[in-house]
Amino acid sequence: MNGTGNIVALKPFPDAARLELDDAQLRANLRRATHTIRDKRLRVVGEVDDWEALRRAGAAIKDDVLARLPELLEQFEASVTRAGAVVHWARDADEACEIVTRLVQETAAREVVKVKSMATQEIGLNEALEAVGIEATETDLAELIVQLADDTPSHILVPAIHYNRSQIRDIFRSRMPGAAADLTDDPPALAEAARKHLRAKFLSATVGVSGANFAIADTGTLVVVESEGNGRMCLTLPQTLISVVGIEKILPTFAELEVFLQLLPRSSTGERMNPYTSMWTGVTPGDGPQATHVVLIDNGRTATLGDEVGRQALRCIRCSACLNVCPVYERVGGHAYGSVYPGPIGAILSPQMTGEGANKTLPYASSLCGACFDACPVRIDIPQVLVHLRQKGPKPPAERAAFRSLAWIMRDRRRYAAALRAARRGSAPLRGFGRLRRLPWPASAWTDSRDVPLPPKQTFREWWAKR
Amino acid sequence: MRIALFITCVNDLMYPDTGRAVVSILERLGHTVDFPEAQTCCGQMHANSGYRAEAMPMVRGFVGTFRRYDAVVAPSGSCVAMVRDSYPRLALGDPDLERGVAEVAPRTYELAELLVDVLGVTDLGAVFPHTVTYHPTCHGLRMLRLGDKPLALLRAVRGLQLRELAGAAECCGFGGTFAVKNAGVSAAMLADKCGAVDDTGAEYVVAADNSCLTHIGGGLSRRATSTARPIHYAEILASTGSAS
Ligand code: SF4
Repeated sequence: MNGTGNIVALKPFPDAARLELDDAQLRANLRRATHTIRDKRLRVVGEVDDWEALRRAGAAIKDDVLARLPELLEQFEASVTRAGAVVHWARDADEACEIVTRLVQETAAREVVKVKSMATQEIGLNEALEAVGIEATETDLAELIVQLADDTPSHILVPAIHYNRSQIRDIFRSRMPGAAADLTDDPPALAEAARKHLRAKFLSATVGVSGANFAIADTGTLVVVESEGNGRMCLTLPQTLISVVGIEKILPTFAELEVFLQLLPRSSTGERMNPYTSMWTGVTPGDGPQATHVVLIDNGRTATLGDEVGRQALRCIRCSACLNVCPVYERVGGHAYGSVYPGPIGAILSPQMTGEGANKTLPYASSLCGACFDACPVRIDIPQVLVHLRQKGPKPPAERAAFRSLAWIMRDRRRYAAALRAARRGSAPLRGFGRLRRLPWPASAWTDSRDVPLPPKQTFREWWAKR
Repeated sequence: MRIALFITCVNDLMYPDTGRAVVSILERLGHTVDFPEAQTCCGQMHANSGYRAEAMPMVRGFVGTFRRYDAVVAPSGSCVAMVRDSYPRLALGDPDLERGVAEVAPRTYELAELLVDVLGVTDLGAVFPHTVTYHPTCHGLRMLRLGDKPLALLRAVRGLQLRELAGAAECCGFGGTFAVKNAGVSAAMLADKCGAVDDTGAEYVVAADNSCLTHIGGGLSRRATSTARPIHYAEILASTGSAS
């Protein structure tokens, strides 16, 4: 079954990208932010002697999990149920939203506080809750900025990466209840304003909603890693905690967690160790939430698992290292990908989760430069999957015809040599111009921004034959 | 050693001088170069654009043509990466082709690999009294791990002055059909690359792949401020003093 939710791009990538490319401020913000994190990541990854071995270990663990997912999921369900949590299964975004909405309604709460989570964004939970009159407050600083701005996130880890300081100040001033009219764009001042705003929410909310970075099968433990500590407030203060977890987040035991707690912080924020790592197992009487729910979501993951080459995308631990090194992401930002999963990982994950057809332009949103593969802590060969998806996906008929006839020429030495000769001769009358500045469509896509050189008087094989 | 030359489709039609340079370099070193005329294209453009089935006859053609050589050399990091990195995957499921690829792929080298790793030379006695800046192409950098090899060869060239390129490891935005399918993003990447080349003030921008050089050169020639000319490093290594 294919996934639904915020993983379906509404516009073809080139069209969406064109709009973003016009925004010079956006490009400057993205460039500064991605290069800062990129450099920091390189530095701290360089400190680890066995980084390559760690990456291989991370990939191997995830592959093992994917290979025996049903068994591990059952084990997780049994363990976490024994520990006092209630497990729910959701096939797609709608089902997941229905379950969470019902659970919140059963508590009679009118508001929930949220830990930053990709899974809840994927299913569009905030919108679903709002539809039944429940207010969901994002408590991650960057997520809060995006929520206040009525915008959508543009980065997995830094959802507000497309804003700079003064833009954030403007958002706070106009949208945050109680924000001072003379608020400056000094980062500590901005953080203080957010803290005051959030504190009230933490203390009043009776329901917390989270995702999970990892779910340990043999103990039923959920793990959330974060940098601000706001998530921890949501995980401990409310009476009820609902966690929405992708089925691929399973790890067999705590031993495997060790590898990821090394890989994740260095890859994502360029930190040696994660500032706040919260783990909870079901319910502990008298300590923390007394009712805990785990909603395990598929939403296209099983379909992705079915593809031998493409399933490696499910190893992803959402560190966002691939976004930060991607030259395409750097120019257009996350919105152009039209999915909660932007950048290189989004380009391979979203089309797989939604199935063939939808998101079909995303696998082409890459120059195949390979920077993402080098950065990925779990060695997802993103360029390989991109090419694989291009090979599987639909093609424009005119393009297919052109590639077919070119292939017909290129697979035969005589036809090939003759075509080279013809191309050289055909362009001979133009040689006086040196370079071509304008070609008719579709070659105009090239000549809009670059010149075309002309073939010289002799092809290589003509020269060789005469030598 | 029986060295076969693989001239990529782009080189054959557009840049025959690069091929001639490779021949002259290897012959100067005392090797015999063979150019098997049955060769066509490696199939990269088709495979990477999503036309796997159409690429397969080219893959088979390459393997059949080059199977019997001790070494195959190509002046293109990208096409060599296609053979070494993608062919093994493309051949899966066809035992005969798998065997052929296993023979030919490890012996297919980008020029700098052949010179530095296999033949053990870095100083080719070349003379090129100009300022140059080097752009490491993505496939050479990340798929072949060429590293400093082309630079080591360039550093040994008499009179050559190397200027550092800011953000050198960043993609120029070519990416085959990407340049056309996502022309806007490609152009934005190209603009940054051209700006970095301009900042070096070098006379030449050098790379190990004529496709990327076509892209960068096409961008540079569109900019009023740009003076650098694209050149394949094989042509620098082949020059013995009377360079233009
Ligand atoms: S694909 Fe790899 S680099 Fe990208 S977010 Fe996932 S784990 Fe991180």
